[in-house]
Amino acid sequence: MQADEMALWSDRLVLASLAALSACLVTYAVAAALAARSAGRAPAPILVGGPEALTASPAPVTSGDRANALRPAGTWLMASGAVLLVAAVVARGLAASRVPWGNMYEFGLTASAAVAVTFLVVRRGRRVDAVAPWVVALVLVLLGVSVTSLYTPVDDLVPVLDSTWLVVHVAAAIVAGALFTVGALATLAQMVLSRGGREGRGSSELGDLAHTVHLVAFPIWTFAVIAGAVWAENAWGRYWGWDPKETWAFITWVLYAAHLHALATGGWRRRAGWLAVAGFAAFLFNFFGVNIWIPGLHSYAGV
Amino acid sequence: MRTAVVLLILLAVAAVPGSLLPQRGVASDPAAVALFYRDNPDLAPWLDRLYLFDVYAAPWFAAVYLLLLVSMTGCVLPRCVRLWREVTAQPPAAPRRLEREDAHARLTVEEASASLTAAAAHLRSRRFRVVETDGEVRAEKGHVRELGNLAFHLSLLVLLVGVAGGRLFGYEGRVAVVEGSTFTNIASSYDALTRAPLADPADLEPLEFTLRSFDAQFETSGPRLGEPRSFTAVLDWVTSDGAGTTEVRPNQPFDANGTKFFLTGHGYAPQITVRDGRGDVAASGPVIFLPQDQAFTSDGVVKVPDARPTPVALEGLFLPTAARGADGIDVSAYPGLVNPALLLTAYSGDLGLDDGGAQSVYTLDLDGLVEVTGDDGDRWRATLAPGETVRLPDGLGTVTFDGVTRFANFQVARDPGKEISLVAALLLLMGLSVSLGVPRRRVWVRRVDDATVEVGWRHLGRRRCADSDSAALTAALEHDPDNHPESTT
Ligand code: HEM
Repeated sequence: MQADEMALWSDRLVLASLAALSACLVTYAVAAALAARSAGRAPAPILVGGPEALTASPAPVTSGDRANALRPAGTWLMASGAVLLVAAVVARGLAASRVPWGNMYEFGLTASAAVAVTFLVVRRGRRVDAVAPWVVALVLVLLGVSVTSLYTPVDDLVPVLDSTWLVVHVAAAIVAGALFTVGALATLAQMVLSRGGREGRGSSELGDLAHTVHLVAFPIWTFAVIAGAVWAENAWGRYWGWDPKETWAFITWVLYAAHLHALATGGWRRRAGWLAVAGFAAFLFNFFGVNIWIPGLHSYAGV
Repeated sequence: MRTAVVLLILLAVAAVPGSLLPQRGVASDPAAVALFYRDNPDLAPWLDRLYLFDVYAAPWFAAVYLLLLVSMTGCVLPRCVRLWREVTAQPPAAPRRLEREDAHARLTVEEASASLTAAAAHLRSRRFRVVETDGEVRAEKGHVRELGNLAFHLSLLVLLVGVAGGRLFGYEGRVAVVEGSTFTNIASSYDALTRAPLADPADLEPLEFTLRSFDAQFETSGPRLGEPRSFTAVLDWVTSDGAGTTEVRPNQPFDANGTKFFLTGHGYAPQITVRDGRGDVAASGPVIFLPQDQAFTSDGVVKVPDARPTPVALEGLFLPTAARGADGIDVSAYPGLVNPALLLTAYSGDLGLDDGGAQSVYTLDLDGLVEVTGDDGDRWRATLAPGETVRLPDGLGTVTFDGVTRFANFQVARDPGKEISLVAALLLLMGLSVSLGVPRRRVWVRRVDDATVEVGWRHLGRRRCADSDSAALTAALEHDPDNHPESTT
């Protein structure tokens, strides 16, 4: 197949994925509405406090049957959206004959795929439906912004980006970023659900999901930063130069370290949640803000 | 731990201003601080007093990370001692009420003592440390988690040593080399050389290289027209080890015994010959013009103090692909050499080179210089294509644009601490993965009566035990497949 044709297929797959994910969001919205209606008639959910809530109480049945029937359809649509996105990323890479992260559009595309896949993997075996629509919404926004304002046709890499370390560094950063995204959404959802000190089953499963995700993400992010330093040493002769991009990677890392410590500090659980959200904000700022507003060595990738 | 959280937040906040304000010694734009000073003459000196243009070398920044490291050492050393005691001790006895543990089960078995033996064997095969007593099995696993945690925290101290090594003993330099010219590695050859306080001045590796050629390729079509595609510099070098020829590219430096020359940029050096009023050649050769934009619109000056009877100076704009911009100003439209043009204006008079004051080779000191005007009384201007010659007014001489060569920017770095930093980084990563990935847990199995045993799990650390572990233990305890645990929490 011609490279041009491959690029076109990538674009088509992105559109198909946008459609699947939109349908998924609608499904979730309808399911939520049905569940809310039937919850009005069902007995109040049993709220159990304390750590036993983690595993002891069975899930209260509050949602209507139709809502229950819709949820798997939503998950199925989300999975199709994710598969289409992964295919789009692969097609883009084949079209360019290189890894598909040479510019902001490709970053956005790959990041969307990574978030969707990551969430599908970590949600298995957990009751975390509450956060699923938010993940889908976020992926849709990211994908929408990429397609409408960041789109660039397939092209070669600028020379300084053409390095094995780039592949390693960016791959790790994307995986860590996807995990951070899921972690931040789960943390926020958990904080909303447990407002006023209530710890429902949903909220503790979300907290557990967030914690697991952060434990995996932090070493991967550490690795991404180290790989970046090795790359910088290869490209510029110094492994750390406090370039804005490097600085914000450092800030992100320190905030997540603070988050992990806060979790181990008595009475700081909620503040720990905010620190994780702050770490994610720093990560996002590095991805968008630094590329767009702050001049530096890393701003050559083209917005 | 609260101290650690507070100091970590402080460290994150302290790092922010350095990314928003221009910083000295951050490579992206060496002139950024001077520019900020010019635009904010009132504010800048105050910011400077607070070290806000040197955030990462500021005493207050150092105070934050040193406090953090001291507090961390204070936390971690006592943990080392405790870990040592725990590693050498036996797993502790079961608490009286196992149902209070993180997970608990009561199982009906055929023969309790046989089940205990089976449980002990099973746990040993899963690499638990196991102690069997009369009627109780005690087991523990995952001390390596603590070891990882300690390795991780202590690696931060090693990292500090590595970073300090570079800061105290290393050097960093920048130099622009024109095609065909030779660079000799001595301090005076550099355009800029920053040496750490303890670096040995005699430490510069003895070497010499000539830039044989420099080639740059740019995107020739599409929306990314003009974006760089490849750079290659070819060097003929001589070091103490011998001589050779090497290609240097981005990500692929020239390495001379650990001193590495990185290709970080390039530009054009028009070859200009100036004949003075008497017709003698007063200046000739390539002149480095500094690129101002992505399309290599470049600025440069030619100082000709030896011109007789009157010294002259030229200010020029070099356009590799000359085009008329929308506002009527000449700019370059493409970084490659498609339609090269040299735009000149001239000055005459005292160049101020004799009074000993330092001057940049890239700018003119206009004191004592007079703008050269044409016959119409307006400022004299000329546009030259390669090979063309133009006559200066007032019998000042002629200028010839002989052709175009390129120059390459090299960044030179020597950091004696970087191997230490790399080791620290690997230790950090390993320690972290172990510390976050390995759960540490204890389990007790107790005989209640001949046909009942009780199991209690405790996780030390904040992660739940893997369910597979407790399921496998349960399976090992049960001989009878019809047997069901009464409760699993
Ligand atoms: C220099 C900055 C520091 C960084 C980047 C850092 C990072 C970390 C990380 C990533 C963990 C793993 C968290 C977990 O097990 O969930 C951790 C654990 C720990 N840190 Fe730090 N730390 C730092 C400084 C400190 C300081 C100053 C202290 C003492 C006050 C400290 C004491 C501890 C302790 C006791 C643990 C174990 C917590 C547990 O196992 O639950 N750390 N640290």
